[in-house]
Amino acid sequence: MNDREAVISVRELTKCFGAFTAVDHLSFEVFRGEIFGFLGANGAGKTTAMRMLCGLSYPTSGWGRVAGYDIATQGEEIKRHIGYMSQRFSLYDDLTVLENIRLFGGIYGLSRREILRRAVGLLRRLGIRGEAHTRVRSLPLGWKQKLAFAVATLHRPEVVFLDEPTGGVDPLARRQFWELIYEAAAGGTTIFVTTHYMDEAEYCTRISMLVDGRIQALGTPAELKCRFAAESVDELFRRLARGAKRAQE
Amino acid sequence: MKRVGFWAFVRKESLHILRDPRTMLIVLGIPVVQLLLFGFALSTEVNNLDFSVAAPHRSEAVRQLVERIAANDCFTFRGYVDPQQIDRELRRGRADVVVVFADDFDRRMADGISAGGGEAGGCVDDGRAAVQLVFDASNPNMAAAGAGYLQRLLCAGNAPGAEVEMHLLYNPRMKSAYNFVPGIMGLLFILICSIMTSVSIVREKESGTMEVLLVSPVRPVGIVFAKMIPYFLLSCVDLAVILLLARYVLGVPLSGSVAGVVAISILYLLLALALGLFISTIADRQATALVISAMLMLLPVIMLSGMIFPVENMPGVLQALSCAIPARWYIEAVRKLMIQALPFSAVVREFGILLAMTVALVAVALHKFNDKLE
Repeated sequence: MNDREAVISVRELTKCFGAFTAVDHLSFEVFRGEIFGFLGANGAGKTTAMRMLCGLSYPTSGWGRVAGYDIATQGEEIKRHIGYMSQRFSLYDDLTVLENIRLFGGIYGLSRREILRRAVGLLRRLGIRGEAHTRVRSLPLGWKQKLAFAVATLHRPEVVFLDEPTGGVDPLARRQFWELIYEAAAGGTTIFVTTHYMDEAEYCTRISMLVDGRIQALGTPAELKCRFAAESVDELFRRLARGAKRAQE
Repeated sequence: MKRVGFWAFVRKESLHILRDPRTMLIVLGIPVVQLLLFGFALSTEVNNLDFSVAAPHRSEAVRQLVERIAANDCFTFRGYVDPQQIDRELRRGRADVVVVFADDFDRRMADGISAGGGEAGGCVDDGRAAVQLVFDASNPNMAAAGAGYLQRLLCAGNAPGAEVEMHLLYNPRMKSAYNFVPGIMGLLFILICSIMTSVSIVREKESGTMEVLLVSPVRPVGIVFAKMIPYFLLSCVDLAVILLLARYVLGVPLSGSVAGVVAISILYLLLALALGLFISTIADRQATALVISAMLMLLPVIMLSGMIFPVENMPGVLQALSCAIPARWYIEAVRKLMIQALPFSAVVREFGILLAMTVALVAVALHKFNDKLE
């Protein structure tokens, strides 16, 4: 596998809402199998940028490709080749584990047989085989989140977008969650993750720091710490975010 | 690939409904309860009127007439009273109406019959009535309805050639169920389809699952239609339940074409679903969706659709307003079809208006829905 193959590439990507420029000429690339940390304070434009990459919103100007498809014109194709998990829990509480898997498998056009095959593998990997017929509501939050990730990658997408996936979970569950992410990345899935836990940022292959809609820093955590002479990503982040002009929500 | 995941979605929506006992209760319980409530308890018809009789002479003719009234199951005979006691009788609430016979009732009856029957018991000929009805009109509706009914009873049978002949077509006993069943249908379908669909769409916005769906290859239109299907099917069950209850429990005739009623009801269901979709594009929280549904739809439907208050009696402004309320047209059409037994061609205008409203609503709602994605 060519590990410099760009799965996401973005040039001068800009989104304006009236006079307000939410995302200001972003340019970056994300390579296959990378875990790309997309960091920034609230209101820095993370969500807006991510929505454009997912085909939910059109760029005002600039250009971008995700999984080989143009974000401005091939939104439908992109949707078929990406996975998405949001900060808010994204499975249906009143359906069972298996029903959720079947629903999302069905949405991505997998055959019933294929869904069942993958479901069995997925449940075994998560170690919750006995819970196939449990309603998701009664699972602990950590399990739900792992399950949500597994469901988001059920159709083997090329890129998975994770929007603050570990909000509100205890450190142990977060560690377990990140093990899942590593596993998926090792299997060639590209991970695009936003987070505000700076310790998590250390786990990423590369990180970018978004301030006021622009990328202020981009590189491996070690590189950036060295360049800005920071002890940790947390310190780095605070130093860069201090320069932000936009009011933080 | 248009159909990707559509049926997986319909399945999921059905599961949501089946798993939520509250939804099931609302969808299947409310129609039955409302229909029975309105049909039996909240009736405007006059059923149990007590009447007393004040007659100077209890002649054969008087007694016959009293018996005729008493035989009717709407009236209960409370006894004879002294003509001086009429006011007391009404005040004490012993009777709702006192039937007063004139001193010369017998003579006048006899004259009338021998003169060729120009006049009859209770009917007027010389400016002075042979029978007077004294009503307790503290409840004007009841008094008016009772008076009309009693008058007809008195005139009936022995009035060859009487001047006034009244026929109440289609609903001779003025049963309120005839009036309410179409009204309730108009109300219920809005309630079930609009509120339930809007709340269920907004719930997904609130919980964040809508986001996940929008990022999936399912097209937004698909999401929405998949949501509507189970609610549509449930409403069809409701329609069947209502029609059966109306026919066999409330005794509403269903005399026209059942197919016509079903056809226009299905159109109305679609319209209500579109309304729900429209509301879901405005509201971001379930509570908001509920309030909008209740304020913008239930109240106008109850007040302005002609369900309870006749449209013809409203001031011009309200009449004009009522034209914008789909339930008005639906209720009117169902009354024509069910009660008056008119053919379907009689409701083409209503059908056309409802169809136009549906198309417009769907167009606006879908436009707004797609707009939101930007």
